[in-house]
Amino acid sequence: MKKYYYYIPLITFILLILFFSRQLFLNKDPSHLPSVMLDESFPKLEFNQLEKYNLLTIEDIFSYDKPSLVNVWASWCVPCKIEHANLMLLKNKHSIRIYGINYKDNLQEADEILNLDGNPFYSIGVDSSGRIAINLGVYGVPETFILDRNGKIRYRHVGPILEYDIRETILPILTKLEQDD
Amino acid sequence: MLVELGHFCLALALSVSILQFVLPIIGIKLKSTRALATSTYSSYLFFCLVSFSFISLMWAYISSDFSVALVAQNSHSLKPLIYKVTGVWGNHEGSLMLWILVLSLYSLALSIIGKNIPLKIKSIVLSVQGLIASAFTGFILFTSNPFLRLLPPKLEGEGFNPILQDIGLAIHPPFLYLGYVGLSITFSFSIAALILKQADSIWIKWVRPWAMLSWTFLTIGIALGSWWAYRELGWGGWWFWDPVENASFMPWLAATALLHSSIVAEKRNTLKAWTILLALIAFSFSLLGTFIVRSGVLVSVHAFASDPSRGIYILLMLILFTGGSLALFAKNAPKLKSGNMFSPISREGAIVINNIIFSAAAATVLLGTLYPIFIDALTANKVSVGPPYFESVFIPLMVPAILLCGFSPMLTWKRAVFDNIYERIIFIFIVSILITSFLIYIRNGSAMTFLGIFLSIWLFLGTIYDFFERILRGKSFNEVAKRIVSYPRSAYGMSFAHIGVSIFILGATMSTAYKTEIETSVQIGDKIIVENKELIFESIKQNQGPNWLADVATFRISHNESDISFLYPERRFYPASQINTSEPAILSRLFYDLYIVLGEKDIKNKNFAVRVYYSPLLNFIWIGIAFMAFGGILSLSDKKHRVSYKTLRKNRNLSIK
Repeated sequence: MKKYYYYIPLITFILLILFFSRQLFLNKDPSHLPSVMLDESFPKLEFNQLEKYNLLTIEDIFSYDKPSLVNVWASWCVPCKIEHANLMLLKNKHSIRIYGINYKDNLQEADEILNLDGNPFYSIGVDSSGRIAINLGVYGVPETFILDRNGKIRYRHVGPILEYDIRETILPILTKLEQDD
Repeated sequence: MLVELGHFCLALALSVSILQFVLPIIGIKLKSTRALATSTYSSYLFFCLVSFSFISLMWAYISSDFSVALVAQNSHSLKPLIYKVTGVWGNHEGSLMLWILVLSLYSLALSIIGKNIPLKIKSIVLSVQGLIASAFTGFILFTSNPFLRLLPPKLEGEGFNPILQDIGLAIHPPFLYLGYVGLSITFSFSIAALILKQADSIWIKWVRPWAMLSWTFLTIGIALGSWWAYRELGWGGWWFWDPVENASFMPWLAATALLHSSIVAEKRNTLKAWTILLALIAFSFSLLGTFIVRSGVLVSVHAFASDPSRGIYILLMLILFTGGSLALFAKNAPKLKSGNMFSPISREGAIVINNIIFSAAAATVLLGTLYPIFIDALTANKVSVGPPYFESVFIPLMVPAILLCGFSPMLTWKRAVFDNIYERIIFIFIVSILITSFLIYIRNGSAMTFLGIFLSIWLFLGTIYDFFERILRGKSFNEVAKRIVSYPRSAYGMSFAHIGVSIFILGATMSTAYKTEIETSVQIGDKIIVENKELIFESIKQNQGPNWLADVATFRISHNESDISFLYPERRFYPASQINTSEPAILSRLFYDLYIVLGEKDIKNKNFAVRVYYSPLLNFIWIGIAFMAFGGILSLSDKKHRVSYKTLRKNRNLSIK
């Protein structure tokens, strides 16, 4: 065997590491929204409907006079399942309006989950191809955006919302947004 | 106080691990046997210190000491004791503590079992272990300290996610870590081989049992995680290609490849550089897996690190271990004596193909898991990858692997004469096709179902045929009995593991293809019929747990008149956190699982949403995996492994050149 073959693993690894570092240093805290989307209005997107549920429309978002959440989820995603109960809590106990974006999902299964575990969403938009999520800069599911009363994106939460997050980040931000004019 | 002592011991452990790393190097430079021999004692000491530190953290959990920040965030005084204990590793900091505890255990085991390994090799191995230990202990101390106090202390803890309170989930990390960290031993042995530029067949004999052990633990650990997902998540599914699952699956694939290539390396004294490379890669996957799972490094398909200082530390560790070892590999692997040649049609040849397939599979899973990061780096787009990718890439890769697995044990080493087994292969092929066609004829099924069942039967028959052929070579009854007894345990292990794979494939295929799913809304007295079984919703009653209120439904299931069982699915409400959860009830029989989930209550009509799954042969998935793990254990118990650690007493004090 030629000697330089033995360098292939090393070179592959170095390339991988270069990608990693780029990711790490360019985007220092990836749980924050890239600056492009932050403080921008929620993009004017059109969604498909999930049968039996209210369709998420842009008018909904802009006509609502309180801060709200936009949650990107899918029935195949395990962290979403863990997060689900907390979304229900936000809706029922804290009366927060949550819009759902159903991401690359089997619609029947999505419907079943909501039937079974309850529907935390005020209205739902379906993004079967994942294109809309790209416009929002979504890395994966679950991901949650906090919108202020003018429909501007003010915060992005990556990963499932845990009890801890509700207390430490989500509610404080919502309260602050509500007080702001 | 105990917590501070634990913290102090961890700091001491760091210094001991640095000594364990440095002293053997000094020993080699100064040719001092004494300095080399210290590595054994360092490993003892490291184990004691880390154990103490771990126990003190565990005590903080058991006693619900909410002045410790970690405990306050992750525990709760109302949790059952078992979940307080297992809660120790249910978070980033604690899971790293478990990691170094397991690492210290392995180093200890190697020091004790490996008494007869030449001192030089053994101390290099322990030195590498020391380096890994110091990197991890440092990582804990400097970026993820579990012993931080909270001022003022909290009155009650915050960690109470009910879905995460499950025995399967709670005990699977220790198994997984026993698997991940076991690969550190094969890694360290490989580094030793590269440094000394020698990897003889006795070397591979030392390495193999550790690879086998790690593989077995990984298999069990992954199965437990999957079992949790099945029972608790309420979807009737058992594998979701979630990044967290993939993180444990990649080291498993690499370990499987390693296991097979090390057989070739041992039997035929060849393929050594490749085996070493696999050992390096397998451990690198373990590192990646450890970080992905708990550290928030890749939350779902998410970005690389949520805390930049941790991220940089992790990156440095990956560069040090993976980069360093691969560089060493590139430099020294060509100097290893290359082994014997072999023909493509031989047992070795088949195993090489197996290796290529498994490596490719690991690479595709890696690609799918990290793809979002690449795309983000290359273009401005952000994407994530779901199950469809994995299914469409992974399954086609596994088909040839299984086909090969059906007959490669029949091939002889060096050069197989294909003519000898040609007829058998054709025979098994035809029988498998016939049985599959018959089954599909009875119950209809898609091409994929046909393929799955065919592969399962093919592998089963191939393995059984091979076994009986070896046994029945004896002429008389006595001779056959003797052959059965003297048949090596490792060969039994292989047969068991391969049959396990076959059972697994059957379970996975059937439970997916013939799953019946009914979603409906029922009132008391309503009847649901699934696959000739009658489910009657008999009653509903309120029940109270330690911290929840529940609606418990009673379903009466009649299979026929004499065979009646009951299932009690629950809908729980946790007032403290205002959370609703469903506790599925599962009737698990050998040939099918009946799975009932109780959903939301419709207060107006007194209706309950109910979902029922009927999955035939679902248990075969777990049975198959159990066979695989049992095969691993059988193979480990083979006496040849003990022998390889007992020989060489003469060479024990091999002089340092």
